[in-house]
Order: sequence, then C-alpha cells, then structure tokens
Amino acid sequence: MKETQNSIGAYLKLHWKTAVFLVVLLVGIGVADIFVDSYMRRLLNLCAIYVIVSLAMNLVNGFTGQFSLGQAGFMAIGAYTVAVFTVPIESRAAIFYLEPMAPFLANIQLPFIVALILGGLASVVVAFFIGSPCLRLRGDYLAIATLGFSEIIRIVFTNTQSITNGALGIKSIPTISSLWWTYGTALLIIIATVLLINSTYGRAFKSIREDEIAAEAMGVGLFKTKMTSFLIGAFFTGIGGGLFAALLGTVDPKQFYFTLTYNFLLIIVLGGMGSISGTVIASFVVTLGQEALRFLDEPMAFGLDLPIFRPGLRMVVFSFLLMVIVLFYRKGLMGTNELTWDFIAQKYRSIKKKLSGKKTSTEGGGN
Amino acid sequence: MVVGMTMETFLQQLINGLSVGSLYALIAIGYTMVYGILRLINFAHGDIFMMAAYFTYFGIAVFFLPWYVTFIITIGLTMLLGVTIERVAYRPLRDAPKTSLLISAIGVSFLLENVATYLFSGKPQAFPEFPLMTTPFFIGGLSFQPVSIVIPIVAFILMSALLFIINKTKIGMAMRAVAVDYDTAKLMGIKINGVISSTFAIGSALAAVGAILWCMKYPSVLPLMGVVPGLKCFIAAVIGGIGNVKGAVLGGLILGFSEVLMVAFFPALTGYRDAIAFVILIIILLFLPNGLLGKKQVEKV
Repeated sequence: MKETQNSIGAYLKLHWKTAVFLVVLLVGIGVADIFVDSYMRRLLNLCAIYVIVSLAMNLVNGFTGQFSLGQAGFMAIGAYTVAVFTVPIESRAAIFYLEPMAPFLANIQLPFIVALILGGLASVVVAFFIGSPCLRLRGDYLAIATLGFSEIIRIVFTNTQSITNGALGIKSIPTISSLWWTYGTALLIIIATVLLINSTYGRAFKSIREDEIAAEAMGVGLFKTKMTSFLIGAFFTGIGGGLFAALLGTVDPKQFYFTLTYNFLLIIVLGGMGSISGTVIASFVVTLGQEALRFLDEPMAFGLDLPIFRPGLRMVVFSFLLMVIVLFYRKGLMGTNELTWDFIAQKYRSIKKKLSGKKTSTEGGGN
Repeated sequence: MVVGMTMETFLQQLINGLSVGSLYALIAIGYTMVYGILRLINFAHGDIFMMAAYFTYFGIAVFFLPWYVTFIITIGLTMLLGVTIERVAYRPLRDAPKTSLLISAIGVSFLLENVATYLFSGKPQAFPEFPLMTTPFFIGGLSFQPVSIVIPIVAFILMSALLFIINKTKIGMAMRAVAVDYDTAKLMGIKINGVISSTFAIGSALAAVGAILWCMKYPSVLPLMGVVPGLKCFIAAVIGGIGNVKGAVLGGLILGFSEVLMVAFFPALTGYRDAIAFVILIIILLFLPNGLLGKKQVEKV
C-alpha cells in the first residue's frame, strides 16, 4: 500500500503538468456544461463521440495497420442496442405502430449504462464473426468485408421490423443532455488507449503495422493480436454509437450510411495514422469545421447569388481535403508523434530557433 | 418452395441470372486486373461505373446525340477518367505505404460521389428507355426482354476480345509479366507506367459498357448507384480468385445466378438480396481464401 502511494506521489512529481492539465480540462468541461446553449452543447457532444469512434478506428487502422471500414456498422449496432433497450415501455406501442415489438423484447428496459455496454459487446460479437475469416489472411479483405458489413447491417435493420422498427427508426429514446456522459467516456477511452498502446499489446500492434513477417518471426501471434485490436476497436465504436443514439434521441438506418465512416477516415488521416493526440485534435477540427462550413451548402452565401453555392459543395470540399492530405501531407498533423510536453517544448525551441535564425540571416543580408 | 414455379419461369429466371451475372462480370474484370497488377482494391471503380452511366444519360437525354455516338463518347470519356485517376491519385503514391494508396482510392471514390451529387443532384434521373431493348418478345410461352439476351452476348464478345488481348498481344504479355513480378518486369525493360495506364483504360472501358447495359436494364441513374455494384463485383472477383480474369467472369456469373435464384425460390428474402454477396464472401474467405481459380500465394520476405 505504502509502495503504491509512493509511486503515485512520484508519478505526480514527474507528471505535474499533465495533472494540472487534466484538472483544468475537467473544470473546463464543468464550466462549459453549465454555460453553453443547446446548439453548442450538441456540437461539443458530437465532437466527443467523434473522438471515441476515431480513436477506435485509429487503434485498428493506424496502430495495427489493419484496414477496417466498418465504423458506421458498429456504431449502428451500438446505437440500436441502446435504442431498443432504453425506450420507455409505455411509448413502445406508439413507436412500433406498423408491427408490434417482438414479445421477448417488449418488456425489457435497461438502465442507459447497461444498454451502452451491451451495445459495445454486441459489436464485439459481430466483429468476431467478420474478423475470424478476414484477419487470418494477408491483404485487404478486411476493408471490403467491413465495408460490405456496414451496408448489410443497414439492410438487416431495415428488414427486422419487429425489433428495429425498420425504415421508420426508433424515436423518443431518452436523451443525455450533460457533457459528462460523452466527455467522461471519451476521457476514459483515451486513457485506456494510451495505456494499451504503451503496453506489450500496443508494441505488438505496432510491430504488425511495421512488418507482419518480422513480427511473426519475433513471436507475435498475428491472428490473435490483430483480433484483439479489432475487437477493442469494435467495442469502443459500439459505445460511441450508443452515445450517438442517446444524443440524437432517434435512430434510423439512414443515419448509418457508410459515408459516415469516411468522416472518421478523414479525421484519422488528418490527425496522423498512429497518433492519439492527433486524432483528438482532428476530431474537433473536422466536426467543428463541418459545422462552420455549412454556409457552402446555402444558395445565398455572402449575399451574392452565386450558382456555385448549393447543396453538396461542403462534402466536395471535405473529400477534396482528404485527397490533398493523402497525396501531399501523408503524415497528417502529427504523424505518429504524440502531443507530449517534450514534443511541445521541442517544437517551441525549433520555432524560436527558426525565427532567430531568420533574423540573423536578414541582418547579414543588410550588411 | 419450388411448388408454384413452373419450368417456364425457372428458365426465365436463368436468363435473368445470366444477364445480371454478365453485368457483374464486366465490372469485376476491372477490379481483378487492377488488383493483379497493383495489389490495390480500386475503390473508385464502382464510381467510374457511375460516371459512365451519367455520361450516357447526358449524351442521350440532355444533348440528344444518336445512341451510337453517345456510346463511343461514353467509353472514351470513361477510359480517360480511369487513366486520369491512376495518374493523379495512385501513381504519386506507388512507393508509399499500402495504407496510403488504399486511402487515396477511397478518397477518389468519395470525391467522385460527392462531385456527382453536387453537379447532378442526389435525385435519381430517369434513363431514357430503349423500346427496342425493353419491349418483351415471346418464345413458346416465355417472355424475354431483348436486353437480357443482348447483355450476355455483348459481355461474351468483350471478354473473348479481352482474353485475346491478354494472351496474344504484346501489351497483354507485358500485363501478365507485371502481374507475376512487378520488380523483375521493370528490370526487363517493360514500361510499367504504360502497362498500368492501359490496364486502367481497359478496366474502365468494360465498366463503361457495363454501365450502358446496366442502365438499359435498370433505367435510372443516381450518384451512389456505383457503390453496391462495386462492392458486389469486388466480391465476385474474390470468389473467382482475385487477379484472375476468367475467375472474375466465373465469380460474376455465380453471384448473378445465386442472387436471382435466391429471390425466385425464397420470395420472403427479397429484402436481403444485396446481403447474399456478403455471405458468399465470408464463406469463400473461410474455406477457399484464394478463390475458385486463384493460385495459392506464398508471402516471401
């Protein structure tokens, strides 16, 4: 006991900046939770959900080097689990008016947190069935199988009328209004991911990304390790989907079109494949950016009646951005670096050096 | 289940399956050729198919060109599009990590979908009908749409031509050489860039013909129409053995027949029609990862 206390003290001494940062962050969320209006609150909540899902995607795609495109599908599973199990029993008859809810589900209502975790676990089960054929093989079969899966899951949810209410979707899901649910979960998942990446498992993930054959020769079990990463990713994504359902208060199959996945792809590519802090930053940049650029879809932007501004332009800009990053800035914002205090100090020094270097050179030119 | 299905309707379904399967085969060839040479899933291929459908639509319904002129222009423009995509989005990344190439392919696909939505609106446009192709005719109590017969014939002619190109011409030999061993082929003086460009040109041309025939059968065009056919045709290529042209044809036909026959035998499963490709993919990957005609690949250091 004394030892652990000592180690906590030592830890604090070493990482006091991080501790201070965390406290400031928590206070910041608390303050924001009290003061922001409902529009901003929704947007901030969405940012946190994007952080969760993008981080899960980066764990599989960036750190383990396996190309999964099933985020929309796993989110759908999490979202529908939360929807089915948390909708109040008394309002179910009104929602399922075309076909009543299946009797084995009709009277089950679970607390939000239980449904959320159940959603994550359901994603894990599905991920296992997709992963077991695909992850045994080398090559990109996982990409096509997961993309196919997220299309299929929509078809399934549209057709299972008595469980998911088909194309009508499920409305009046009890919503979460405070920022704590999303930011609390996001923080927990960030911490879990950091610990995971710095553990033996994390090193095994990265070794597979760098060179599968070498990793196998070093004794890393390829299938087991890839599967671990894929299942953890699916769990986090399912949780993200559950929060998404509780944020919007309604789910229907159209929300989980596979193009949703491309948002997360843009985020991890922008932030840097294999950087946790990069993913977090990019999640905020992309989510807020998509909101800020909404005017591109409005026909009367700037008071001018330019025919360029019409629905669809915003997504053209974002897909173009994805191409530009991949072709010209392949490392994204952070590459595989992390935003640590050392990294900031180093950047600060190099910028300072550059500035002073410029100064001397211009002075030299003057003489 | 089979009760209620007469011999006539069964034959009709077989013809239908043959025409759907031939369409899949035409698109699957583009996937399999690119994968054979670059080891890349060309995610944009389904969207090249979609753009070809729009080119045809604009030629016939907007500019009122004669159909044969439209078809030639469509095939030319689609080939140009395919080659341009390779030149701009894939070639600069040839020495980059594979993930970057894959992301670039997805990016192109996403960009084409969004540009099409922006330019042509997300609403489906009605494709002009070809009465010559859609008016049913009767043989001994069976009714056929001419298009269902024309599709397999056109597909068969094109595939024979393709096999001739691959097996008998110089560029075909170069393609096979690059597919077997990229680096050695380069050392032997094969102009890799030219070979890759012609691969994309041929794949896109087949996708263009596929799109024209597709629109005669299903007369509507929309920006996301290439996604599901694209996904299915890649699966068809995997079924036949990725990298193998004959395999892609076989896979396309198997997929077409299983879809049509499943819906015919089990009408209750109609809603799940698009799911069958996925189920077949999982089964193939579990038991026959190299596909039906593929060779076993050994990873070398």
